[in-house]
Amino acid sequence: MNIMQVAGKNLRRRKVRTAFTIIGIALSSWVLVTLLGFNKGYEASLNKDIDDMGFQIVLTAKGCPYEAATLMLKGGTGLRYMEEDVVKSVYEAGEVDEVTPMLMHAEFDPNKGENGGTTVYLGIDPATYPHMKPYNQFAQGDWFKSGEKEKEVVLGYEAAELEQREAGDTFLIGEDEYLVTGVLKRSGTQDDGMIFLPLSTAQSVFDKSGKITMLGIKLDKDADIPAFEEELYKLPDVQVVSMAQVKNTIMSLVTSAKVIVMSIVVIAFAIAMFGVLNTVLMSVFERYQEIGILKSMGAMPFDIFKMVLFETTILCGIGGIIGVSFAILISGASEFAIRYFIPFAPTGGLIQISTNLAVISVAAIIAIGLLGGIYPALRAAAIRPLSAIRSEE
Amino acid sequence: MSTLIEADNLEKIYRRGNEDVNALNGISFRIEKGEIVTIVGPSGSGKTTLVNILGCLDNPTRGKLTLDGEAIFKDGLELTESELTEIRRKYFGYIFQKFFLIPTLTVRENILLPSVFQKRFKANDKYLQDVLELLGIEKRGDFLPKEISGGELQRVAIARALINNPKILIADEPTGNLDSKRSEEIKELLLELNKINGLSIILVTHNPELAKIGSKTLTILDGKLSRQG
Repeated sequence: MNIMQVAGKNLRRRKVRTAFTIIGIALSSWVLVTLLGFNKGYEASLNKDIDDMGFQIVLTAKGCPYEAATLMLKGGTGLRYMEEDVVKSVYEAGEVDEVTPMLMHAEFDPNKGENGGTTVYLGIDPATYPHMKPYNQFAQGDWFKSGEKEKEVVLGYEAAELEQREAGDTFLIGEDEYLVTGVLKRSGTQDDGMIFLPLSTAQSVFDKSGKITMLGIKLDKDADIPAFEEELYKLPDVQVVSMAQVKNTIMSLVTSAKVIVMSIVVIAFAIAMFGVLNTVLMSVFERYQEIGILKSMGAMPFDIFKMVLFETTILCGIGGIIGVSFAILISGASEFAIRYFIPFAPTGGLIQISTNLAVISVAAIIAIGLLGGIYPALRAAAIRPLSAIRSEE
Repeated sequence: MSTLIEADNLEKIYRRGNEDVNALNGISFRIEKGEIVTIVGPSGSGKTTLVNILGCLDNPTRGKLTLDGEAIFKDGLELTESELTEIRRKYFGYIFQKFFLIPTLTVRENILLPSVFQKRFKANDKYLQDVLELLGIEKRGDFLPKEISGGELQRVAIARALINNPKILIADEPTGNLDSKRSEEIKELLLELNKINGLSIILVTHNPELAKIGSKTLTILDGKLSRQG
């Protein structure tokens, strides 16, 4: 038998109190690991979404930068337009590998879903867009068969499901019938809900002849991106949005939320720490005589200090492991809840709990618990056997 | 027999409010190795204070105490808690009126508890078995304290006091919580421990029957040694 075993058995004395303390610690570690996993997962998923876009810079008509960022990642409203001629000017700016013009159009459809919904169309250049987005794969069919100006559409995975269309079916835009040439596989990006049609067809049907909403720009491998951006800023009435800017814009939106969330973590930690302090201190007071007798039997103050700290370590270790396991187990549900509450959520895993993160979280919980255990341990170590013996009289 | 404990003019003064209380007032005596000494006296006479100092649970205010030739307390020198603990580890086993067993530990674990905290003497399985058999609780090793009788609880407490192979057993009212039959059993047991192991025993008791087992009786009255013999 050793001090650790004695400490472990001490905790079995008040099983309900020990269980509640462990639950408190587990909840704190659940919150901690979920939020740290969210911090990590959100950034990683955002990076992936941006990498999957296929271009490093987007040119939009001048307007709100937040709207521009949303436009790129989710499809936007209140769209602004620029002249298609801007493509030439961009090529003249140099170091351009390829550009792809796009026209986005959003239309409210009262027949969509229970309360209506917005249908988002994206006019694309069949010559450039498909190979700038190589991750787009087809579940059925392929891109447009006849090229420009034909009445053909490609449906994103979710759009096809919603419209209940397959490749070869017809699709109505207004009164006109369009041929569905392909349905994309689920990509986990905004493309899943999109209805693609040739750019010139989109310009014609939405009455935006010669207009585009954005221009995706892929630069040469060794291009000087900041210098290129500077060149683009010289173009009139356009806004340059680089992927880094998009990332920063979105991260700045969520940073304030993260600050609040981290404050909650700190509060949860403090509650856990004081919970541990209270439980262990009560246990020390209850065992006042017993600790005194242990000292009369030869336990040094440091032995008693260790014993109480071991009790704290066991409490926090078990609570931490339960909390982290729980966080991993229900990360899907937590992710669902977070997606519901935050303004923009990238695709992919929002909560990423790695082994390292799990281990660090348990260690942090134990460290916080030990901090809470120091005072009761010192009190226990200071108990004089004589006082304990006298208190029996 | 050689001298095990020599107390020379021991004094203990407590501060109670603004008043000094002389709990012990110049007590001197000797205890030989293998002797059973009983300390008797009315409540508040100072016998527990004396046994606490003899057992190194407390410092005297003045006086000298020598244990097995080693000067423990000298005038004006107060030992720290850690120093007192070291001495307790080396010399003493204690039995109290209350048993103070840990309810979540088995009988065997409770008995082994003192050896968790010190390395001077580690009881092996044979020693533990011998102690269990000596005390007649060899079949109770895996029981929890709540599963055994009051007499057995005190036997476990005695076994715990013996597990570190002490030179002196200090027993403060060991039968205070037991009926007469169980008290008689404990008395026989203490005599046996003294006879078989040559264990020195200092016994504080109000029980006149138990007090008879002492080869020497110290009677304390108002902090003074009123009779020795």
